Amino acid sequence: MNKVIAVFTKESFLVPVVAIILGLLTGAIAMLAGGFNPIQAYMALIEKVFGSAYNFGETIRQITPLIFTGLAVAFAFRTGLFNIGAEGQFIVGMVAATTVGITLDLPAYIHAPLAVIAGAVAGGLWGSIAGYLKAARGVNEVITSIMLNWVALYLANWVMNAFFIPVGQQRSETIKESSMITISWLSQMFDSARLHWGTLLAVLAAIFFYVILWKTKSGYELRAVGLNPHASEYAGMNVNRNVVKAMFIGGMFAGIGGACEILGVFHYQAIMTAQPGYGFDGIAVALIGGNTPFGVVLAAILFGILTFGAAGMKFGAGVPVELIRVVIASVIFFVAAHGIVKIFVKPILKKKKEGGN
Amino acid sequence: MDWGVILSNLVHDTIVFSTALIFASLGGLYSERSGVVNIALEGMMIIGAFTGAVITYAFQDSMGAVAPWIGFILAGIAGSIFALPHAVASVTFKADQTVSGVALNFLAAGLSVYLTKIIFNGAGQTTTLSSVFSKWEIPLLHDIPYLGHAIFEAYPTSYLAFIAVFLTWYLIFKTPFGLRLRAVGEHPRAADTVGINVKKMRYTAVMISGALAALGGATISLTTTSNFSHNTVSGQGFIAIAALIFGKWHPAGAMGAALFFGVAQAIKSLVQIFGLTKYIPTEFIFMLPYVLTILVMAGLVGRSSAPAALGKPYDTGSR
Repeated sequence: MNKVIAVFTKESFLVPVVAIILGLLTGAIAMLAGGFNPIQAYMALIEKVFGSAYNFGETIRQITPLIFTGLAVAFAFRTGLFNIGAEGQFIVGMVAATTVGITLDLPAYIHAPLAVIAGAVAGGLWGSIAGYLKAARGVNEVITSIMLNWVALYLANWVMNAFFIPVGQQRSETIKESSMITISWLSQMFDSARLHWGTLLAVLAAIFFYVILWKTKSGYELRAVGLNPHASEYAGMNVNRNVVKAMFIGGMFAGIGGACEILGVFHYQAIMTAQPGYGFDGIAVALIGGNTPFGVVLAAILFGILTFGAAGMKFGAGVPVELIRVVIASVIFFVAAHGIVKIFVKPILKKKKEGGN
Repeated sequence: MDWGVILSNLVHDTIVFSTALIFASLGGLYSERSGVVNIALEGMMIIGAFTGAVITYAFQDSMGAVAPWIGFILAGIAGSIFALPHAVASVTFKADQTVSGVALNFLAAGLSVYLTKIIFNGAGQTTTLSSVFSKWEIPLLHDIPYLGHAIFEAYPTSYLAFIAVFLTWYLIFKTPFGLRLRAVGEHPRAADTVGINVKKMRYTAVMISGALAALGGATISLTTTSNFSHNTVSGQGFIAIAALIFGKWHPAGAMGAALFFGVAQAIKSLVQIFGLTKYIPTEFIFMLPYVLTILVMAGLVGRSSAPAALGKPYDTGSR
């Protein structure tokens, strides 16, 4: 894992950019193979996103959860953990927010924050299950957190079916208005695109990410454990506790992301037949963003544009939306195998040097 | 209902559901014994399930009952090709093997549905196959009460899975190839010193791994589901990894663990058949294999020992 982080400290900018370009090229090849025009498709993607105020607002809506899940993955990466369970943490965050949103009756200034906090705690606890199993039993957190994603999916469906879904329906009743975090005046400015306070929370979360990791003693320990657990142990740090803590905080980010989707966007929770996918995209966001908060925000903007614009590719060029999954997966692959990327980067760096001399 | 019949059904279904897991965990065994972490088993299974279904679809009208065999074989080939990027990234470019594997999982999930939509006019799943594997009844043996139905009426792929377990055991522990494979996974430097080509061994292992995992995936689409959709595999690749670890990287152990996880899935279908869903919510039954995997990993993993060089890229310059 250290290797992945190290990439960004060296060629911090060039490698992700080249990885993105290679990812888009892979997508283009897949489109050509499928008989589509990649240029037309990518143009349709851009047009979709920037074509109307509504779509632009909806793109911001799409970016928000990606910041949260990106931070969730990146935070764990910093402690040397691969949090592939952001998906499940996101889902339990949704469930907690829906539960608080429907069952409690409180004034708005308490209700909404409480629902967000409930999402954070649920996500954090869900994340720390994988953290605890890693710390106490040495179980690979990748496998447990993937299993926990499925458990979260079915658990969420059960909670909804058992408590909140009227008979014969596929979605829960609507949450109380006092728990909603929609910004109606801003939504009106964007032709009723679903904009909400969660976007602001996401930016605050990124700042919190920076402060806790680089400005506190606790963050120093978390990073030390990520860089070298043995040295940290020797220096008197409790590695196991830091592992659980990292997964808890990472899970919190994802949980808030899930809560905001319910409180700000849907206002109800539907039965899920597949994973929502934000946790998956969060991995790409974290890797491309170099596991830094600023990088995560930038990468979330990019992937928000890609995933929201994918609908435009379908409409404008007939390309199935899954093509974007191929692009994102390729980007992750090229970041992992950055040796391949360096082959492409080297000539650019050489030219720069020669130009400078 | 007769308990003998229930038990017989349970064993029967266990074998059906374990087949894919056995193939995939054997796949993982080759890769991990050579020192390459293979978390991409899931993706390789998806590619196998997809290829198997599409090829069978293409040939089912002209070839009839032979079509699933063509689909099955080509699925294995597609799987080993799909595994190649993982080998390139992990062996040649010394990438983080977990991240590379995860990338391949996502690639498989996206690519398979993307291609399905292109081939089947925008539908997210293939049409139901008219020609899939049918169960083989072993003459005489399947007439044995209870036991006959339990063991001797299975899909041909299930018999192949058990043969693959034996062959893998023989290959890994009784042949020079197997010795080299294990040496590369335990101590690549020592292996290199005695003239074994570490990179070549690891490339071979990863590609065998892809082929076997894809065969496992194909057994799902060509026996139980009769089509391919985005949730045909749904996490079984990861359960196969758990089976591999639970089975201590030994073919027989992995098979035993795969059968154990197969029981969880068999119970799932039995509960539905007997209408027990009135008492246990279906969601909990669906959760069972995943929860069981976590519990098993938590309970046993500390005691099993992975190949010593697992996950470590081999750098000829390092000491």
